[in-house]
Amino acid sequence: MFSNLADKLQNTLKQLRGKGKLNEKDVDTAMRQIKLALLEADVNFKVVKDFIASLRERAVGQEVMNSLTPGQQVVKIVNEEMTRLMGEKQSDLITAEKGPTAIMIVGLQGSGKTTTVVKLASYLRRSGKNPLLVAADIYRPGAVKQLQVFSESVGEKVYSNEEADPVDICKEGLKLAEKDSHDTVIFDTAGRLHIDQEMMTEVATIKEAVNPHEVLLVVDAMTGQDAVNAAASFNESVGLTGVILTKLDGDTRGGAALSVNAVTGCPVKFVGVGEKVEALEPFHPDRMASRILGMGDVLSLIEKAEASVDQEKAKEMEQKLRRQQFTLDDFKEQMKQLRSMGSLEDIMNMMPGGANLPKEVKQMSLNEDNFKRVEAIISSMTAREKQDPAIINSSRRKRIAMGSGTQVQDVNRLLNQFNQMQKMIKKMGTMDKKGGLKKLKKGGKGFPF
Amino acid sequence: MSFLNKFRNSLSGNKTGFIDRLGSLFSSGEINEEFYEELEEILVSGDVGVETTVRLVEELRNEVKESRLKERAEVKELLIEKLTEIMASSEDDIQIKGEPHVILMVGVNGSGKTTSAAKLANLYKQEGKSVLLVAGDTFRAAAIEQLEIWAERAGVELIKQQAGSDPSALFFDAMNSARARNIDLVIGDTAGRLHNKFNLMEELNKINRVVGRCQEGAPHQVLLVLDATTGQNAIAQAKSFNQSLPVSGLILTKLDGTARGGIVVSIQDSLGIPVRYVGLGEKIEDLAPFEPAQFARALLES
Repeated sequence: MFSNLADKLQNTLKQLRGKGKLNEKDVDTAMRQIKLALLEADVNFKVVKDFIASLRERAVGQEVMNSLTPGQQVVKIVNEEMTRLMGEKQSDLITAEKGPTAIMIVGLQGSGKTTTVVKLASYLRRSGKNPLLVAADIYRPGAVKQLQVFSESVGEKVYSNEEADPVDICKEGLKLAEKDSHDTVIFDTAGRLHIDQEMMTEVATIKEAVNPHEVLLVVDAMTGQDAVNAAASFNESVGLTGVILTKLDGDTRGGAALSVNAVTGCPVKFVGVGEKVEALEPFHPDRMASRILGMGDVLSLIEKAEASVDQEKAKEMEQKLRRQQFTLDDFKEQMKQLRSMGSLEDIMNMMPGGANLPKEVKQMSLNEDNFKRVEAIISSMTAREKQDPAIINSSRRKRIAMGSGTQVQDVNRLLNQFNQMQKMIKKMGTMDKKGGLKKLKKGGKGFPF
Repeated sequence: MSFLNKFRNSLSGNKTGFIDRLGSLFSSGEINEEFYEELEEILVSGDVGVETTVRLVEELRNEVKESRLKERAEVKELLIEKLTEIMASSEDDIQIKGEPHVILMVGVNGSGKTTSAAKLANLYKQEGKSVLLVAGDTFRAAAIEQLEIWAERAGVELIKQQAGSDPSALFFDAMNSARARNIDLVIGDTAGRLHNKFNLMEELNKINRVVGRCQEGAPHQVLLVLDATTGQNAIAQAKSFNQSLPVSGLILTKLDGTARGGIVVSIQDSLGIPVRYVGLGEKIEDLAPFEPAQFARALLES
């Protein structure tokens, strides 16, 4: 995500970095490039104007002019201003002091409300809450069913009543949540256009009826200049407390992320980053800004690793490495854990400088298909072969290739790689006496490479 | 109701929109730098995109100089002409023939494929064609039920399989069934997919191949469904989908909101993919054929 904007800004700023001293013309050129890059990223043009104005003020100010490295100073300012534009700090959900916390989800058609409702419920469930979902979209054919089916598949409970009107459904849902002592209730409302008076009145009436703690607007990250119009209208007629940005796993430059907060004053609270139910994450403006600038997002990477890597397994792996008993099974296990952290391109983008790698390199070395192939090859081996790869002779290789639907060359390549790895581990084993392995563990979090 | 009236109606009640602003800009004043700057801003804010906007305004500048235009109203006519020219590259009528004629609906999540498929089925049903809808979105929960309800409303036949089944297999069945029943037109819905998901785009390509193997020349049309609120990313979408299977046209949905859908100018300009239909509401008849000249005029007239 944002890869294009990051590339553009970095090119611009790289030119500045090379300069010892900045004059006003340098700043003008840079500002124009930043402006165009932002507009192409769908940042609202009014927001761009303001952003550039405050950026320019600081860029020609004392802090830059007096700096020994003015280029880097500008990068720092762009980073700060962007973070500010996106709301400065990560913003948590408001929770009720007493009774269930009510969360209302609103938005335009097709922005992803229903999917987001289930993702949010699942997110809350993982943090120890007990949510109830309420299906209040009685207009779109199949909408209630969609919520029911998706919720059931992840074990969340839905209240619905297709005969009633949305306001009554929500009231009943709230009552049910109180009765069954759910600590959270999430209302999925129908998609509506912000200029549809009747529908906007309806959503305002629902709000009055259930008095929610959170009213979250779902915004498609691919939205263009109109994003702020819709957001502003919803804010005016309903009063928003926050925004959820969806479909950020596309290649959109996501200018909406930069614009909505600036226009509504409502923070982006979550981002949707995939079709799986777990693919909803809290939004961190500071991290996103450094990601946009290609400065990496190591914090998110570490958090992701902690969430997806099983601590017990990591310990076990460490033991194995110590005793130099790293088998092909372990190799597979390591890869599985790495993959559970998300797509490899995402991970690379979070590394400092990772975003700067040429696209081809990233795609070539991180081809998900390669991983699947390796997994298939290892799975096609017998238990003995996995324990002792040395016994894999040419007829075994043929069999493994057949079983995994690959070529013998692929099997050879994998075995070679594994051999090299084992050699490396042996080397580390001797280093271990000097404390080498500890260092590796600290820095590498148990990755095989 | 004509397309133009409908389009204009959908725009009334929208006070800060693109059209009113252009209207007031063109009503009076001399042609100066400020005028061009504001023109640029308005086009960009309508999602036309920086590149296309800069080029359009540059051309406008030159032609104004050449023909010594003095009135802003004259510049407006010139701009309408230019926009029409860009969007009217292919105005040829689409013949529904081939036994059956096959249309595939593709697009990212939430753009309005299922609804548009139903509207299109209704449109051709009204013209007296026999239509078979294919519930090809086997992934999204209840997408099949959604299309089922629409098919009932339109009074057209529907072919479906269980949720989660292979869409290519479904299309194989659909093609055979359509031929056996002498159906004129097959409209295939597909699951929404982000265009940067390699595997999902491959799945689409497979559907395309399967349909083509069942009948030579099929699918006759691949329509990319685009939400009018989409920004510059729409170009990336169009490019990627076009790489997986040849996109023959666009359906621009949700044009009844405040979004101007200016992105289609850019898409037509850079990729040459014409807009075929526009979605103007939630009712089954709210779909109209796209008319470039009227669209351009409607964009600039208040």
